[in-house]
Amino acid sequence: MNGPCPVWSGMSDATGAGPAAARNAGGVVSRSTPASDSVRELVKAPTGIGGFDEITRGGLPRGRATLVTGGAGTGKTLFGLEFLVWGAREFGEPGVLLSFEESAAELATNVSSLGFDLPGLEREGLLAVDAFRIDAGAIVAGGFDLEGLFIRLGSAVDTIGAKRVVLDTVEVLFTALGSESTVRAELSRLLRWLKDRGLTVIITGERGRSGELTRHGIEEYVSDCVVVLDDRIQDELATRLLRVAKYRGSLHGTNEYPFVITDRGMVVLPITATGSAHPAPDERISTGIDRLDHMLDGGVYRGSTVLVSGGSGTGKTSLAGQLANASCARGERVLFVSFEESAEQLLRNMRSIGLDLHRWVEAGLLRLWAVRPAAFGLVEQLVQLHRRLDEFMPSMAVLDAMAGLNHLGTSTSVSATIASQIDMMKGRGVTAVLTSLTHYGQGESSALAVSSLMDTWLLLRYTELDGERNRLLSVIKSRGSAHSNQIREFVLTDQGAELLDVYVGPRGVLTGSARMAQLADERAAAAGRGAQFQRRRQALERRTAQVEQQITVLREDLAAERDELDQLIEQDVAAGEGRDADRAVMAVHRWADPGATRDPEPDQP
Amino acid sequence: MSTGGVSGGQSAGPADDVDGVYFDLRLYVAGQSPKSILAIENLRRVCDEYLPGRCRIEVVDLLETPELARGEGIIAVPTLVRRVPLPVRTLIGDLSDTDRVLVGLQLRPDGLGSL
Repeated sequence: MNGPCPVWSGMSDATGAGPAAARNAGGVVSRSTPASDSVRELVKAPTGIGGFDEITRGGLPRGRATLVTGGAGTGKTLFGLEFLVWGAREFGEPGVLLSFEESAAELATNVSSLGFDLPGLEREGLLAVDAFRIDAGAIVAGGFDLEGLFIRLGSAVDTIGAKRVVLDTVEVLFTALGSESTVRAELSRLLRWLKDRGLTVIITGERGRSGELTRHGIEEYVSDCVVVLDDRIQDELATRLLRVAKYRGSLHGTNEYPFVITDRGMVVLPITATGSAHPAPDERISTGIDRLDHMLDGGVYRGSTVLVSGGSGTGKTSLAGQLANASCARGERVLFVSFEESAEQLLRNMRSIGLDLHRWVEAGLLRLWAVRPAAFGLVEQLVQLHRRLDEFMPSMAVLDAMAGLNHLGTSTSVSATIASQIDMMKGRGVTAVLTSLTHYGQGESSALAVSSLMDTWLLLRYTELDGERNRLLSVIKSRGSAHSNQIREFVLTDQGAELLDVYVGPRGVLTGSARMAQLADERAAAAGRGAQFQRRRQALERRTAQVEQQITVLREDLAAERDELDQLIEQDVAAGEGRDADRAVMAVHRWADPGATRDPEPDQP
Repeated sequence: MSTGGVSGGQSAGPADDVDGVYFDLRLYVAGQSPKSILAIENLRRVCDEYLPGRCRIEVVDLLETPELARGEGIIAVPTLVRRVPLPVRTLIGDLSDTDRVLVGLQLRPDGLGSL
C-alpha cells in the first residue's frame, strides 16, 4: 500500500530512448523529483490511443502525473477514459476514474457509442468510476482538507488494484470549495500521494480564457508531462489538434498533431514519423508499360512512392490504372482511392483504354473506394484510409487525385496529411501511387509541396503544336534508379497506354500528327529522290545510246572517206602511167636526154 | 445544486421556521485528526446553545467506513450534513466560524452577520 511499487518493470512494450539520451535531448533533468526517482529509468505506460504512443515513444510517464488540458469539448475526458479502458483491456492495468463533472451513468452513456463498456469493465473489476457531485450550495465554515477524496480514491485503488488514475476535472474543486489555498495545498498533497503509490495519473484541466494552460494554474503541480488538446477552425473545417507541450525526460514530437474521434475512439496522426526506418526492398515491380519500365531501369521499387503529376486530362488516372492493373495481374491486392470519379465511372473509363479492372474487382484483388473530398474532414479521411489499409492489406494503394484534397484545408495541412499518408504507407511497405493535378505553368513545382517525399516522379504534360495537344511523359526523378532522361509521347490506345518515341528534328520535339506528318514528309522526300535518280539514269542511258549511235555514224563516215581516197589514189596511179608513156614518146620525139624526163613537169597544166 | 439554493430569508426569518423542529445532523470526519476533533467540539457547542434537546448528532469516521463517503459524495473533511429538516444542507470545515455554521444550518438569516 505504501511506497513505490515496482510492478511496471515488467512492461516490455514501454519503449523509448535510453534515459540518459532522452534527458540530454530534452534538456531538462528532473531535479524537483525525489532523488529516488531521478535515477530510475523513465518507463512509460502505453495509452493505447492510436498514434499517441508513437509520438510520445511509448505513452505517458509511468508512475507520474500527466496534465491533459484544453477547452470545452476538446476530448479531455475521452483521452482519460481511453487511457483507462485500453489500460484495462490491453495492458492488464486496472484504473480508477474520479469524475467531478459527469455522473457515472452519463459517462457510461457518452462512451458506449465508442464501444467502451464501462459498467462491464467495472463488473470485471478492471475499472472503478467514482463520480463526485459537488454541492454548490455547501457553506464553508472553517478549515478543512480533502481527506474524503483521499479515502475514496484510496479505497477504489485498493479494491481493484489500480495502476492508473484519471482525475476529471479536478479544477471544479476550486470553484466549488472556494478556499483556493486549501484546495491548492490538498491538490499538491494528492499528487504526491498518487506518486508515492506509483500510480500513473491523468489530470484534466480546463484551458484558461486568455491562453493559460489551466484556469487555476494546476500545471505547476504536474510537471512531468503536459498534453494540450485544441479544436480549431481552419478554412471552415474543424480540426482537432493535440500537442505534447512538455515531457520531462523524454523525447517527444513537438508538433501539433491532428486527431479525430472515430467510432473506435481517438486516433492521433503523426504527421511525420519519429523515425524513417522503413523497409527498402530491392525488388522492382512493373508499371505495366514495358517502355516505361525500361525508362525506369526495370520498374519502380516495391514499397516506394510514385507521384504522377500533370494537368487535367493528361492521363494521370490512366497511368495509375495501368500500374494497378499490373499489380493485380501479379496477383497482388490494390486499393484504389478515387477522389474524383465514382467506382463505376472509373471502371468504365479504364475499359475504354483497354484496362479491364472489373475482373480484378470480382477476383477480390482490387478494391475501389470512391470518396468525395468533402465527405469527411481531412484528418478523418486519413483515418478512414488507415482503416482500409488495415482491413484490406493491399500491396499497392492508389490515391487519385490528391488535388481533390485541396478543397479540404489549407495547403499546409493538406501537405501534412499527405506526408503522413505517405509515411504510413511506407511504414507498411505499400507501394503508393499518388496522382496530383498541377495547373498550367506549374508543371514541375508540385502544388502540394510533397514531391520531396516521393521516390519516383512521373510528369505528364501536353504539348501544343499545329492545333493539337499531345501527351508527353518524362521521368523527373526516380530514386535509386538510373532512369531515362528522354521525353516520350504517352499515347492512350484501346489496348492500354503506351509510350512512343518523339520526333526530334530541326523543328523541335514533334508529337502526334506533327510527328506523323514529319515522318510522311520524310518518306515522300525519300521517294522523290529515288524517282529523280531513276530519271537521270534513264536519261543517261538514252544519251549513251545516242552517243554510241553517233560513234557508229562517224565510223561509217570515216570508212567512206577512206574508200574514196583509195579510189582517187588508184585513178591517179593509172593516170600517171599513161603520162609516162606519152612523155617517152615525146622525148623520143624531142631527142631529150634521159635525165630530163621529169623536168618539164611544172609546165604541165 | 438544486437543494443548495439559499432561501434568503429577509422577510420570514428561517429561524422561526425551524423553531421546535428536530435536527438530524451527520458529521463526517477522518480519524482523530485535529480538524475532526475541533469540528466535533464546535458542533456540540452550537447544538447545546441553539438546539438544546432537539438535535441528534451522528459522527461518521470515513477511515472506518469509506463506502459512506462515496454514498454521500463527501470530498472535504470535516463535512456536516443537515439531513433533517429538509432541504439537505452541507457545511464544510471544522465549524470554527460559528456565524457561518448558524447560516448554514438556517438558524440565523443569511446576510448581516455573515461574511
